Order: sequence, then C-alpha cells, then structure tokens
Amino acid sequence: MLRKITGQVRVGLRAVSLATIACVCAAPIANAEETFKLGLVNFLSGPAADAFGVPSMNGGELMVEALNAGEVPEPYAGMIGFGGMPIEIIKVDETGGAQVQIQRFRDLVQREEVDAIVGYDGSGDCLAVAPIADELKKVVVFSGCGTPRIFEENSYEYVFRAGSHSTMDNVALAHYVARKLPDAKTVAGFNQNYSWGQDSWRDFSLALKELRPDIETVGELFPETGAGQYGAQINVLMRLKPDVVHSSLWGGDLEAFLLQAGPRKLFDRTNVVFTMAEHVLPRLGDKVPEGLMTGGRGAVGALHPDTPLANWFYSAYEDKYDIPAVQGPFRFVQTILGLKTAVEIAMQENGGKKPTSEEIAAAFKFASFDTPSGPVEMAIGDGHQAIQGNAIGISKWNAQENRVELVDVEYFSAKCINPPNGVMSEEWIKEGFPGAECDN
Amino acid sequence: MLSLQRNVALGALALTIALAVLGAFVPEWILYTCALVLAKGLVVLGLCLLLRMNLVSFGQGLYYCAGAYICGLVSQMGISDAFFLTFLAALGSAVVGLILGLFLSGYRSVFFAMFNLALSMILYGVLLKSISLGGSDGVGVAAPTYLGYAPDGEMRLYVFFVFALAVAGASSVFAFLYTKSEMGLASASVKDCEIRLEYLGLSVRYLIIFNFVIASTLAGIGGALVAMVSGHIIPELAYWTTSGEFVFITVLSGPNGILSAFGATAVFETIRLVAGQNMPNSWQMLLGSFLLLSILFMPNGISGLFRRAKAPKPDAVGEGINND
Amino acid sequence: MDIAFAIFADGIIYGAWLFLVAIGLTLVFGVMKILNVAHGALYAIGAYAAATLVNSSFFGQIEGMAVLIVMLAGAVIAALLLGPFLERVLLRLFYERDEIVLLLVTFGLSLILEDLIKLIWGVYSHYVPGPYALFGDVEIGPLFYVGYDFFIVGLAVVVGLGTYLVLNRTNVGKVVQSVIHDDEISRAMGINVARVYLGAFTFGVFLATLAGAFTAPMIAITPTIGVNAIILSFAVVVIGGLGSIQGAAIGALVVGLSRASAINLWPEAELFVIYAVMSLVLLVRPEGLFGQIQQRKI
Repeated sequence: MLRKITGQVRVGLRAVSLATIACVCAAPIANAEETFKLGLVNFLSGPAADAFGVPSMNGGELMVEALNAGEVPEPYAGMIGFGGMPIEIIKVDETGGAQVQIQRFRDLVQREEVDAIVGYDGSGDCLAVAPIADELKKVVVFSGCGTPRIFEENSYEYVFRAGSHSTMDNVALAHYVARKLPDAKTVAGFNQNYSWGQDSWRDFSLALKELRPDIETVGELFPETGAGQYGAQINVLMRLKPDVVHSSLWGGDLEAFLLQAGPRKLFDRTNVVFTMAEHVLPRLGDKVPEGLMTGGRGAVGALHPDTPLANWFYSAYEDKYDIPAVQGPFRFVQTILGLKTAVEIAMQENGGKKPTSEEIAAAFKFASFDTPSGPVEMAIGDGHQAIQGNAIGISKWNAQENRVELVDVEYFSAKCINPPNGVMSEEWIKEGFPGAECDN
Repeated sequence: MLSLQRNVALGALALTIALAVLGAFVPEWILYTCALVLAKGLVVLGLCLLLRMNLVSFGQGLYYCAGAYICGLVSQMGISDAFFLTFLAALGSAVVGLILGLFLSGYRSVFFAMFNLALSMILYGVLLKSISLGGSDGVGVAAPTYLGYAPDGEMRLYVFFVFALAVAGASSVFAFLYTKSEMGLASASVKDCEIRLEYLGLSVRYLIIFNFVIASTLAGIGGALVAMVSGHIIPELAYWTTSGEFVFITVLSGPNGILSAFGATAVFETIRLVAGQNMPNSWQMLLGSFLLLSILFMPNGISGLFRRAKAPKPDAVGEGINND
Repeated sequence: MDIAFAIFADGIIYGAWLFLVAIGLTLVFGVMKILNVAHGALYAIGAYAAATLVNSSFFGQIEGMAVLIVMLAGAVIAALLLGPFLERVLLRLFYERDEIVLLLVTFGLSLILEDLIKLIWGVYSHYVPGPYALFGDVEIGPLFYVGYDFFIVGLAVVVGLGTYLVLNRTNVGKVVQSVIHDDEISRAMGINVARVYLGAFTFGVFLATLAGAFTAPMIAITPTIGVNAIILSFAVVVIGGLGSIQGAAIGALVVGLSRASAINLWPEAELFVIYAVMSLVLLVRPEGLFGQIQQRKI
C-alpha cells in the first residue's frame, strides 16, 4: 500500500518537475531589478500563535530565503524566487478579528502595495477577507482556515486555498477508523465550541455513518475554546464508554486534554481519534499517550512523503529551528509554492513580464504543483480550492530516537477523500461519496 | 436654545461636508479606517453618556453585535438599503437596551460593569452555537445600496464613508444638544449626588434607563455601520474584550466630549494599525502603557484637555470636577 | 446515580480550582476596592514561574513531594517580585480615583503583563506535568479521578480557611478589617494604611500566582491562559459578592456545579451557563450572594 502510493507520488512528481523544467526553459528571467512583494499573514499572538502561526511564519521565511537563494531542490531547483524575481516579505499578525483583518488587508494592498498575499488560518478571517480581495483585485492564497464555506457558498476570482478543508481531513479519518476498528459499535464527539469543531464533527460523524452504518453516536461534547480544564468532560466520556471518540482539538486545549485524559485512563478504555493532533507530538514527546490515531490535515510533518523536496524541507526546518516541522509550516510553504507555480505559469504566458493579478489568478485556476506534502491540485471550487492526499497514523514512542513516531500509516489519495468539482461537501458525504476514487 | 441648535447643526453640517470633500482625496486604506472610526466612535459616544453618570459598561459589545447582526441578517434577505438597515439596527438595539435597561438601572459601579459583561457573553455563547447564523465564522453582509443607488466597485467605499459621516454627524448633533438639554444636564449630576436629584423630583432610575437606551441605540448604529463597511460579522463583536476596547477608548476620550469620542477612536485605531503591523508581540504593551499614562495625566481624557484650554472655570455641565 | 455523583464530584473539583483562582481577586477588592483585571495575567505568570523553576537544571533533580515546594517557591518569588512593585510604583498613583478608574488601570496593566509574558517566555507552550502524577489516581465506579484533583480541593480548603482565619482571628486581620471598614479613621488611629495596602495587594498577587503555579501541571501553559481565568473569576466573585471570601467559595461551587451539570445533562449550554447563573444571581441579589457582608463605605 505504502509503496504504491509512494510510486504514485513519484509519477506525479516527475510530471510536475518536467512541467516546471519546461517552464524554466521557456520563460525568460524577469527584469533583475524587479522583486515580488509578498504579504505573509498568520497568528503571531493569541492561542493559535504557538500551534500554527509562529511555526508557519518560520517555515514561510525559510522557504522564501531558500527560494531567493535558489536552494530548493527539484522540481523547484534552478528558478530563483518567483520566476526569477527575488521575493520580499512583509509579515502581519492575524490577531484581532475580522474587522481588524480587513483593515490590515487593505493596508497591505493599498499602502504597502504587495503583489500578493498568502496566509490566514482563522476561518472567520478568510471569509471576511475573501470579498475584499476580489474588490481590490489582489490575489490572496489561504493556507489554513478549515471551513468549506468559502468556495461552496460563494465564488471569487482572486481567492485561492492551496490547502485542505475540514471535509477531506475528517473523511480520511473516518475511512481509517472504519478500517482499523472493525469491532467499534459506538462513537462520541469531543470538539471545541466553534466552527472548526462543529464542522469537523459534522463531517466525521456523517462520513462514519456512511462507511459504518452500524456505529451509533452516543454523545457529543463541545467544550469552550480555551477552557483548559476537561476533568468533567473526560468523566462524561468515561461514563458513556464509546468505542471511538472523535476530536479536532488543537494547540493548548489539545495538550491540556492529552495531559488530563492520560492519567484518567481514557486512552485505555476507548480509541480517541484526532483530526490534527500531529502538530503537538514533537513538543509533547514522551508525554503523548501510546496508540493515538491522528492525522495532520495532509501528508505533513512526520507523515510527509519520501521525496527529495519533502526530505529537504523537513530537515532544513529542524536544522534551523531545532524542532521538527509540523503541519503549520507544511501548509504555509505549500501555499507559497502554489503561488510560485501560478506566477511562473503566468510569466510563461505573457512572455516573461511580471504578471498582473489577473494573470496570476487565471494561471492559478486548476494548476497543479508539487509540495513537501505531496502533489496538490487546484481541482475543486472551480479551480480555487486545492485537493491533496491525507495520511493517518498511530502514535508510538521511539525511545532510541527520542521522538514520537506515527506507525501503521495509511495514505488516502486526494480523489478518494474530496468531493468532485462543483459538489457540496456535506451533500457529497450524505450521498455516500459519489465519484470518489479510492484505491483500497 | 434655538439659536444654539441652529449654530450646532450648521457647524456640524459644515464639518461633515468638509470631511466628505476631504475623504475624496484620501487613499482607500485610510478611508476604510476612517469609516471604522466613525462606526466605533458612535459606540464610544454612547459610552461617554454613561460615563458622565459614572457608569461603565463592560458589555457594550452586546448592542454593537446586535446592531451588526440585525443589519447582516436582514441584508441577507435581500434588503440592502443602508438607511433602512441602520434604522432597523437602531430600533432593534434600542428595544434590547430598553428591556435590559429596566433591570440594569438598579446597578452601579463594578456591578453595572459586570452585569453588562455577563449579558454580552450570553449573546456571544448563543451566537457560537447558532450554526444557522454562521457560528463562530460569522455571516457575510451584502453591499449596501442608498435609496436605490448602488455604487460600483471604486465608489463603494467612498459613498459609504459619506453615509457614515452623515449618520455620525446627525448622531453627534443629537448627542450634543441632548447633553445641553434639561435631561442631559440632570443626567450629568447623577454621579455627584443621586439623592439630591431624587429630592428635586427627578427619577434617577428613569434618567439611567433613558441614557442607557441612547447608548445602546448608538452602539447598534455603530454595529450596523461596521457590518456594512466590513461585509462580514462575527460573534466576537459581543465578546468581552471588544467591550473592553470600547471602554478603553471612552476613558481616552473622557466623558464630556462629542468630537473627542471620534478623536480618541482615531488615535486608538491608528496605534493598533501601526503598532500591530510593526511590533506584533508588543503592541498590547504599548496600548496598555498608553492607557495608564492617559489616565494619569488626562483624568478627563482628550475632552478634558480642550476644555481646560478653552474655559478655565468649570462650566454648567460640570467639567468632571474631581470630587471623588 | 452515576450522573449525580459525577456532577457532584466534578463540580466540587472544578469549584475548588475556581475558588483558588478567584480568592485573590475578592481579597484585593475587599481591602482596596480594586477589581484587579490583571489578576488573570498574574495567574499566568505564576504558572510560568513554577514551570520555569521545576524545569530548571538546578531543581530538575528534585523528586516526589518536594516538587510541590519548588512550585510554591515559584509562586512566592513571582509575587514578591511583582506585588510590591506594582502596588508601590503603579497603583499608588491612582488611589484617589474612582473604583471604576482603578479597574481600568488594572485593565491597562493586564495588557502590559500579557505582552511581557510573551517577551520573557515566548509564545510556545511550557509544560510541567510531573507533579500531576504525584498523587496517583482513584477509581470510583466507572470513573477515574486523578489524585492531584483532590490535592487541589485540599489546597483550596487550606488557603480559604487560612485566609479567613487570619482576617478574623488575628491582630493583623483586625487591622485589615479596620482598614476595610474605614481607611481614614484607621489612619487616625495610627494604623499604617499604606503598609496594609502593600501587604494585602502582595498577598492577593501571591494567591493569583499560587493558583497559576498549581494549575500548571494540568495544562499547557500559554500566554493566553489568563484571559479565561480572569473572566471565570469575575463570575465567581460577582456571584458570591465582591470582597467576601465565603461568597467566593459559594460562588465557585455554584459555578462549578452548574458547569458540571451542563456538561453532563445539557452540553450545548456549557459556555453560557456560567453567565446565565451570574445574571440570575445579580437579578435576585444585586450585590451577589454574600454582598451584604462586605463592609463598604457609603
């Protein structure tokens, strides 16, 4: 299974690298004096800074420096910056809510005059910024924000998301659970009381119901974000005794839950499965309970595919920041590489000039590119939303190497866990995944 | 009194027109911040009226959020007229303010602040759970139209700015005249001695409710403006830190100003925009220090500075004589 | 039956923790009439201080119960560094002002402290999970409790009773009571009011850092943990009556039990049940449950 997927990744990789090499040869290098001004937005303060924002920005900076120095391996070797233009970055904090983000977005576009913006992890921020991007005709590429609403409720010209949304993350997890836990009869949800938690639980429980109609939902808990104390909720789970507990917790809340649930023997009694717990594994180390099933919203971090690009990024990040790269940096550089691809395709079309926003947006639609988390295709949302494969594994402490490993990893291809273009994700799950191409 | 009304109205009209003209030459990113300042300034104006009575609400986000959601949800039904939406938001938040004001008027000081906080947090909790209202991700707001006129892309922000300017101007004139009216003057003395007012035959409770309704109406209008200018609203508008931000600006403004409410909002927004951009990990520290220094050196806020410069002797409104 | 027991036990455990977090807030208000919004940030600093000491190479070797002493030391050091400084240098400037102005001063202070935390300890989480396992665990029917939870209950009882007894049964307490009652007359009687304020505020800061230090093993310590702590403490002390220690205890239990009931019986209501209870109590008793005991100047 693993070999087959790696094979597929290789084939995809080769196709992408050939395309890029073609692109490198065809496009004349842009005027050396021109730079590409890129706004990077993510949480630098607040609860998400520690889990996603700061690691993401670190990864982004590393990637931009490497691109400017021409150090990124195949398929991006040989082309400095974006199409020969060195990248200049401006970092912006995402804290403060939708109104503040719109203010800063306008400031980036109209005062700083950036050429494009990548980032945003908060769903509310993405929903707020998207219409403004269209109004100002500036390309924005979202890196995080789980909500499928952006391209399902609206359509935008200049807005792209080069990473997964909550549906594919939770559908993959449901597949994994359905397969690995054949005896499970009951499930309960433990998700934060806000959109990401609510959406994740909806997608996971609907998908599991399709895959395993015999599994019954026995409870759903929605603890407050930032609550920090989960004793009472853990006892409810202990009392309900579900065979499976689904959780999309992240950051400090997730860490507190793991620390509190371990001594209460929750993990001995039930299988707790996580949508995105991958990002806390390196930091918690031996405090991570054995046998947790988790994904990381893509083949990211320790789940990264075995390609030169992924291996380079994973080790370059650890060399520079002394901690393994987790999903945040992977998603963020994926976004930057997507934009790079679009810019270079646009330059190929326009004869090598610095492309306009219209040209970048046109080139971005339905583009595909290679990333440290495997091949990504802007296949749905009318070419604005990426699909990519996902990987789920089980945690295991490796005392020799002093790090948490994920074992028994299964990869799910992008087409297996994503709805086809134009289909609403919730309907798609409810109808039993029509058009899904799963190879196992 | 009549001539005062006329002079103030004319002055405000002149100022509004001057600003509207100025707005045409300002880059858009400043214009957006200006529109935000007008919207938030209205909320602050309402809080100033309460601060004159020594009441501080740590839950003004409730009315701000209510106004924004009324505006947003009605706009999703296809009604996008800015005048109508603003009116509806004002009406809605006034009704909410009246109902809650009946209970809140019995409270003072910290209890008033905390009761308001609890109420706004209930709204926040309900909105988070209301998936049909977008949950924590919030809802989009349709671009406003003006009595049938729908400005296109380039003009949209400017036209809205002029609209917001008109609304803020009219509200300011009303607020100014109100503070000079019998009710307004009586309200200002609630903080000094409630018993004396009762003895004069005025009901303190009634005065508080009256001011509270005005404050919540202004907050609702501010919410509607914010909804229309940003095009997306989230439950965080009701979270207590949003209210804390308004209180912060109110203290900066001081209780006795009208223009200073907007001035303080502008100062706050500028600090946040500039500092948030350049020092993401220490802009809160800057804001906090700024708050401490302004409380220390400007006990009556920005408005106090101007008054002292203009009129050394305390005037009829009682320029916050420091009798506490 | 299980449910009733779970609600009771979880309510008490959570309530005890809340009481620990909130008691400093109510004490400082009782003595100085300051609703200290920076209490949450001080709680966070206590957690960081304890984690830093326990994880340091010097104390890293210490095993067993002695770790609790190290955590306590962290709380004491943080309180002694911050308490006198904040009271003498900052708050003193504002004593002549209104209650509500002092609330805003501490609001400004909390903004400053939050960024200070980020500058000192960075944005990444800190952990100190060792002590959490010190007391083993207890199996009651289908439920497991961590021994540390009961240690927190015990600590809350000790801290609460201790503070109550000091205030009501000792000379120091009598002096403090007199200042609470009327600072001007106390001054006329020869009481050094400034020193009482200094002591009371520093002790309030210590109670905050203590709560943070002993919460640290249960959580991931991040710069924002104080925000949640302060808002919960507000609810507790407002329900109980500002400035009353018995009130804070009852308020903490009310909040603890209603949250546990919501989680077990009506999970949708978890977030707003606390504020609903707070509004309800204020509606029925405008000054909180124990508000009348509070001795305030009119």
